[in-house]
Order: sequence, then C-alpha cells, then structure tokens
Amino acid sequence: MRRTRARTPAELVGAEPEPEFRLTFDGRPIRGLPGQTIAAALWSAGILTWRTTRVHDRPRGAFCGIGACYDCLATVNGRPNRRACLLPAAPGDVITTQEGDGHAALDG
Amino acid sequence: MLTRHPLDVVIVGAGMVGAACAYYTSRSGLSVAVVDRGPVAGGTTGAGEGNLLVSDKVPGPELELALLSASLWQQLSEELPEGIEYELKGGVVVAASEDSLATLSATAAGQREEGVEAHHLTPDRLRELEPHLAPHLAGGCHYPQDAQVQPALAAAELLRAATRAGALVRPGEEVVGILRSREGAVCGVRTTRGELRAPVVVNAGGTWGGDLAALAGVNLPVLPRRGFVLVTEPLPRLIRHKVYAAEYVADVSSGSAALQTSPVVEGTPSGPVLIGASRERVGFDRTLSVPVVARLAARAADLFPVLADVRVLRAYHGFRPYLPDHLPAIGPDPRAPGLFHACGHEGAGIGLAPATGLLIAEAIRGKRPVLDLAPFAPDRFDATCHVP
Amino acid sequence: MPHSTDDHRARETGCATIAVVGAGPAGLAAAVTAADHGLDVVLLDAATAPGGQYYRSPADGLGATRPEALHHHWRAFAELSSRLAAHRDTGAIRHLTGHQVWTVERTGDGDWILHAVTGGDEETRTAVRARRMVLATGAHERQLPFPGWTLPGVVSAAGAQAMLKSGLVLPGRRIVVAGSGPLLQAVALSLTRAGASVPALVEAAGYGAYARAPRVLAANPGKAAEGARFGAALARAGVRVLGHRAVTEVHGDERVEAVTVSRVDRRWRPVAGTGRRIACDVLAVGHGLVPQLELAVAAGCATRPGPDGTHAVTLDEQLRTTVPGVWAAGETGGVGGVELALYEGELAALSIIREARGGVRRQEARRAVALRRSRRRLRAFAALMGAVHRPGAGWIEWLTGDTEVCRCEEVTAGRIRSACEELGAGDTRTVKLLTRAGMGWCQGRTCGFAVRELAAVHGAGQDPGGPDRRPLACPVKLSTLADLADPG
Repeated sequence: MRRTRARTPAELVGAEPEPEFRLTFDGRPIRGLPGQTIAAALWSAGILTWRTTRVHDRPRGAFCGIGACYDCLATVNGRPNRRACLLPAAPGDVITTQEGDGHAALDG
Repeated sequence: MLTRHPLDVVIVGAGMVGAACAYYTSRSGLSVAVVDRGPVAGGTTGAGEGNLLVSDKVPGPELELALLSASLWQQLSEELPEGIEYELKGGVVVAASEDSLATLSATAAGQREEGVEAHHLTPDRLRELEPHLAPHLAGGCHYPQDAQVQPALAAAELLRAATRAGALVRPGEEVVGILRSREGAVCGVRTTRGELRAPVVVNAGGTWGGDLAALAGVNLPVLPRRGFVLVTEPLPRLIRHKVYAAEYVADVSSGSAALQTSPVVEGTPSGPVLIGASRERVGFDRTLSVPVVARLAARAADLFPVLADVRVLRAYHGFRPYLPDHLPAIGPDPRAPGLFHACGHEGAGIGLAPATGLLIAEAIRGKRPVLDLAPFAPDRFDATCHVP
Repeated sequence: MPHSTDDHRARETGCATIAVVGAGPAGLAAAVTAADHGLDVVLLDAATAPGGQYYRSPADGLGATRPEALHHHWRAFAELSSRLAAHRDTGAIRHLTGHQVWTVERTGDGDWILHAVTGGDEETRTAVRARRMVLATGAHERQLPFPGWTLPGVVSAAGAQAMLKSGLVLPGRRIVVAGSGPLLQAVALSLTRAGASVPALVEAAGYGAYARAPRVLAANPGKAAEGARFGAALARAGVRVLGHRAVTEVHGDERVEAVTVSRVDRRWRPVAGTGRRIACDVLAVGHGLVPQLELAVAAGCATRPGPDGTHAVTLDEQLRTTVPGVWAAGETGGVGGVELALYEGELAALSIIREARGGVRRQEARRAVALRRSRRRLRAFAALMGAVHRPGAGWIEWLTGDTEVCRCEEVTAGRIRSACEELGAGDTRTVKLLTRAGMGWCQGRTCGFAVRELAAVHGAGQDPGGPDRRPLACPVKLSTLADLADPG
C-alpha cells in the first residue's frame, strides 16, 4: 500500500473514470460512474438511507457492504428488494425508497 | 437429583403434545414435571406450520379428535397471550379438475355429517376468497373451522401456563430409563440428572416416542416421515386462508414410504408465506433434497402464479411421527401399568394436541374420557408385530 | 505423469475434476495450482471479478490506475490473476463469475452437483458437476449489537472498506472505527489515505494480550513487524488508538453525530463513568470475521468451535474435510488472513492432485511439506489472534432492553431475554422460533453470534453446538426452484 494521503478515494487510486451518467433517487437526479454499485452512487451523493423497515418504519441503508446483511434493500426500476451494495448502477436507473416488504403493489 | 415434592405425573417431551398434556394435567390439580432432552419445541413442533385442521380428516376417530381440538383451541386462544398467533383463518381446498372436485365434494358431504362446516366453492367464489389463485380451477371447498397457530410459541405459552399451575419444566434433561416397581408398575424415570419418581409417566416423545416405549419394554412402531417447508421473503397478506390441493388428503393417508408432494400454501402474520407439503420415509436424513424442494416450489407456483418471482429465504425439514394406521397412540398402556402414551400424531400433532392433553388428563384421573380411546390403543400394533 | 482413469472419466462425462467455490485468495490459489498441473477446474464465484472480499478492486469503468494503493499483498494477487487469465484462455479453468452457489448435492456415484443462480433480475439457474469440491467460501464480518447501531451512519468496518475498494466512495468525512480485531487497523488506514479523518480507532481488546504467547509471536516475526508498521502508520495519520474501549452509545437523530466511547474491563464490561463523547459522522464497526459455512454444512462436513468463538470446518493437514471429495481452504477452515488463505488454497490443490493422479512429483511433495509448515505457523498465530479478540462475555452489558439485536426482524434484546427467562429458550434455534430473531432476509448472518451468546447467558444454556444451518445458502426465486422439478 502506498503511503499516500489523498483528498478523495479517486485521487488515491489515480482514477480516470469513464463518463458519468444520471440516475434518480426518489425523483432527485444523482450521478453514477460506470462500475459503481447503486449503494456507491447513493453514498457519493451523501445519501445513507433508502429503505424503511417493516415493523418500526426505521430508515436503513448499506451496512455490511458485501451482500450478506440485506439491510441495503432498495426498489430499483420498480423491482423491490434489490441489494444496492451489489447491484451495478446503470444510466437512467430509478431508485425509490423501499417501504417495508416492498411489495405494496401486490396487495390489493 | 431426587425431587423432594412427590410428583403425580412425569411427561416426557416438551413439544406441543407434551405441553398440552402438562397444561391439562397440571390444571386438573396434579403435580407434574416435564422433561425433554432438548429445548422447548425442539423437535417436530418447531418444524411445523401450526396447522389446526379438520378439513384434511375423513370421518372416523381422528376427525372426532380434531373437532374436539378445534373447540379447545378456541378456548386456549382466549386464555393464552396473543403472541401465539392463533388465527381462525379457515381452509380452502382446491380442485383442479372436475373429477377431483367430485371426490372433494363427496368427502365434504361425509365430513358434514360429523359436524364439519364445509361449503362448496364455485370457481368465482374461489377467486373471491383467494384472488391470487391460478385461473381455470374447477372449484373447491371452504372449511371455516380450520385455523393456524405459531406452534413453538403456543407450546412455550402452554408450558408457561402449566408452570404457573405448579408444573416443573426441565429442558435439556434426557430420559435414559423407565423405573418399574417390584410389581412391574411404572414408577418414574431415570434421567441424565437423576431420578424423577411418579406413578404415571406420559410418553409425549413425538417422533422419538418409539424409543421411549422401548425403554419401558413395549413396542410402539413410530417412524419418522420427513417433510420440507419453504419459507418466502416477507410479503403482504396475499394468501388469506390455508390453501391446499384436494390430493393432499390422499397423500396424508397414504401408507407408502415413497415421496408424495401436494401443494399446501399459507401466509403468516409476520409476512413470509409457508409452502409444503412433502412426505417421505427416509429415516432421520437431514440433508436438503433438491428434487423435493423443487417439486414443492413447482406445485406452489402452479397454485399461486403470483409467487413465481418471490424469493425463498429458507427451507427446513421436520420428522412427523408416523404410526402405520395414521392414528396417534393415546391412553394407558396395559403392557406397562402407569405408562400413558400421547404420541404418533404424524403431521397433525399441533392441531390434535389439546384434545390429546385433555384425554390424557381425564384418563390419568380415572375419569371416563369424552372420546372413546379404543382406536388409539397403544398396544394395537402388537397383533401384527407378534413374532411366534 | 500418468493420468488416472478417474481423470479420463471426468472429462468424458462433462464432469470437472474440481469445482472451486469462491475466487478469493484461497479459491484462486487452489484453482490456479490445480490448472497448472493439468486438472480441469470450474471456478464459481458470486462476484463479477476475482479477488473475493480481500482483493476487491474498483470496477474497470472507474479507471483506477493505482488499484494497489488500497491493498496489501497486491503482488500475490496480480500474479494469481494473470495465471487465472492464462488458464481461462486455454480452457483449463472455467471461471463462472456472478454465480452464487445455493446448495450442493451428492450424486449416487459420489460426484457433486453445485446448484447456482446467476443473472440478477432475470435469475437463471446453473448446475455444475464435479468429482471434487474445494470450498473457499470466505467469511463475513461479525457484529455485536449496541445501543444506536441501527442509526444511519453506522456501517460495518469491512463494509466501509469494501465500498471504498470497489466503488471509491466513503460514507462520511469523520469516521470512528471501532470493534475488535486486526482488520480495524487496515480499515482505519485505508479510510485516512482515501481522505477521511479517523479521530479514533476503538479496540475492545488490548494489543498487549498478544504477549501471552511469546512463542507464537517469535515464530511469526512478520506478523509482529506488520503490527508495528500499522501502529506507526496510524500514528502518522493522526488516528488515536484506544485499547480496552468500546462504543457504548451512538448519538444523533437522523444520522450519526457522535459516539460515546467507554472503558471496558478484561471481560469487555463497560466501566461506569468512563464514557467520552467523540464527534463523528460515521461509525465503522466490526468484531472479527465469521466463516461462511452454508455449503460445507450442506455437504455434511464436520465443524469445530474455534478460539475466536466461531465455528469452522474441521480439516486435516491435507485440507480434507470429513466428507470424502470435499476440501476447504482459507477462512472456511477458520479465520486466519490472506497469507494463510493463499497457502491453504495451494495446499488443497496439491492434495487433490495427489489423490486424482495417485501421487505427485518430488518437487510438489517438497512444496507441500513447506506449505504445511507455513500453515501450522500461521494457524497458531490465527488461534492467538482469535483468542485475543474473542468478544468478552461482558459485551452483553452494552445492551439496553430496547437495543435491536436482529436488524432484519427488529427483535430487541429485551424480547430475547424474555424468551429465555420466561419461555425457556436456551439456544439459538429456540430463540429464533420464539422471537423471529434470525428469521429475516439475512437468515441470522448478522445477529447469529449475538443471539447465541444471549441465549447462553439468559437461558439454560442448551446450545447443541455447531454452526447455524442454512440449507439455502442464498435466497432463490420460487420459479428457479420450480424449474428444477421433474415434469409431471
């Protein structure tokens, strides 16, 4: 590991990323970089929560970062319960805060 | 360690049936101890779906037991905390073809004569009760008396109530011997921690009840009949009743060791949908069977296409205590005076537990039981097992 | 070298000689070594790029010109990666990326079928058949609950590291790193190098405890030197290292604003009146690692409890599990770090080569002897590390009745306590049945250790031992399972 101290992670690894793209979170545009996960794009935008829990309606976001804890479940392009920490972000992705089990659409 | 207080009854097994026996015996004023080598609800109870069904029983002694139990469960639901998740949700039995519907209707007619509520369902009415059912089903039958309970919590709460009535509950204590008096009567048990003396020992050992019987020197041919359950991700209340296919009844009563699967699907108050039911006699094999799980999934998706995209989080298995004629052993064992059996309920133990507990309590107290115990006689297999 | 009939048979039936599950350090080493020796290998991995959690690196699109800036031991990985690429080109290794194995099944003739799902949204299934398996399934972080740990801004330490390595992102700017274990040092350093400020590294154990085993330390001079280098680097980066302390409370309404750090005694009991508040916008927390044993348990492999309080697969010196045809390497056999994983992967491959071919050349035999020696040395160090950082029983006193233990099903410590004290639960399974702790999406991966410890303390202590059983190693769509059914 180099003994450098960078101002940002991108600077540390000398990142020369491909062009960024747009996606939205609850209607608000955010930026994504090719190869980033949904969770990484959200963190980049300063967003830490994108789900509320089933029982107590509490906010949650990425926790374990490796797909083991399922705390980061999000609704992406209308599909609920996607692991944001594993799912690559794609141009135009529509991410919405997932409420509870995420299946309200089935109820009724 | 020797218990100083004299006990009237030692119940072996802290599953649903043992818990119900403890509840009814302790509340009838008897001094009771419950021992189990594992934890509360650690065997088949913890692996059950909590079915309290009358719909899957054909007229006969088991149906009488189920009807008695159904009313007892209603009483218990008022006495025990809400946490046991008792729901009088009703069962819906579904027939895919006209033939199957005809058989189902004939079964229902027989059940009605015994006091079962059973309502014929047209395809339209079926969809009203369960909007997510597959189209093109021939019809079905609605059984409003079918109910569900969370079995581990129900067993634990029954034991807590028994404890309040004075019962001792001792999990993690294995029975290694049955004590007999000089005259041959059962007079307690020897456990890994000492002796528990009592004039009555109740075998509520479930799938392992045959082993306990053997400790007393008597034959009770309980065999494990394995079943898998799939548990989905939490969902809204898509499925309102306990829903199963008409052929389930035939599978339950089959004597074959081979695999049977018929779809049994139901929602739970906590969200996940439970999917059963498979039956196979493969001993105590604990490995996941991919073909069985696949068949369960396929049949459930046929019945409820809405579930196809839903994820299954977990699969688990349990071993139903199977006796060759599909009836439990309930009552005193003439071969070992003082020994009572309350086991071998196969997949119906949760549902049949209260009636079993009540009958056992009555039998111990020498009262005339409300149901005839003859069909459940523990020694009924001796004639066929007799070696000349 | 003569090929055994076994090898021929494998090729004819479309059945690989070896399936390796996991492309982290251990799995990569195993796959590449086996392919070097002419065995045909299928390498299945859930990720899209090799490396596992340790060698997670930025996706290609991020254009990292210095990915090694975030890693230690990068050279070993670069070398394995290029050998993997070469073997992929020749077809010696079939590398199935994005494949999550959900169960393994033994066929009548002793082969293994590995069932995997792939493809994200449009989930499809694959099955791979192999004569033998190497399970290199790695580990995930161990978590202990404490008041406030579900507040946004509290993340797992390994998770912060993983998100940084793969996505080049940070969850905040001022990050307290806390918990226990050597991983925390690496995480704190990475975070500072990537631009975050880390005011404190809070370690519940004390590093002094390593001195309890001077022989093990003497045999592993590299480890001691590494520790010293980390200490110096942390000091240069302005990270205060606070030993024998733990985060006992998190403050903030919407998200983390500060944490309270308290002194803990040897048993990790907080010492009253020692709490100090440290302002921060993120808490990165973890208490060591837990081996992922789902597939090993499904295959029937025996496990044993380790000095770190987790279960791991029982292995012999050849890295064989107790089930014929199944080997394991790396964290699956007990958490021990990257160097050990690399050795074990190679050793497992050599053991398989010997079995498949009926022997190995002298050169390989000598290599195996050297690897076994290194493995013993590093395993001794891993055992010491595990014992030093094993959570002390007093951690339970961090909890309040309303502290959530199971994050998925939102089950509090109070409910678990009453299930034990009032309903007679004394083991993980019964607590789960009575409270739903561990029944949610993660199936107890996050709360499993804590629930077991709580049940042992508050209940009658009837834990039968052994790891949790998860017959499905990951969620699988119902239609995917249904698709496996025989028609009719």
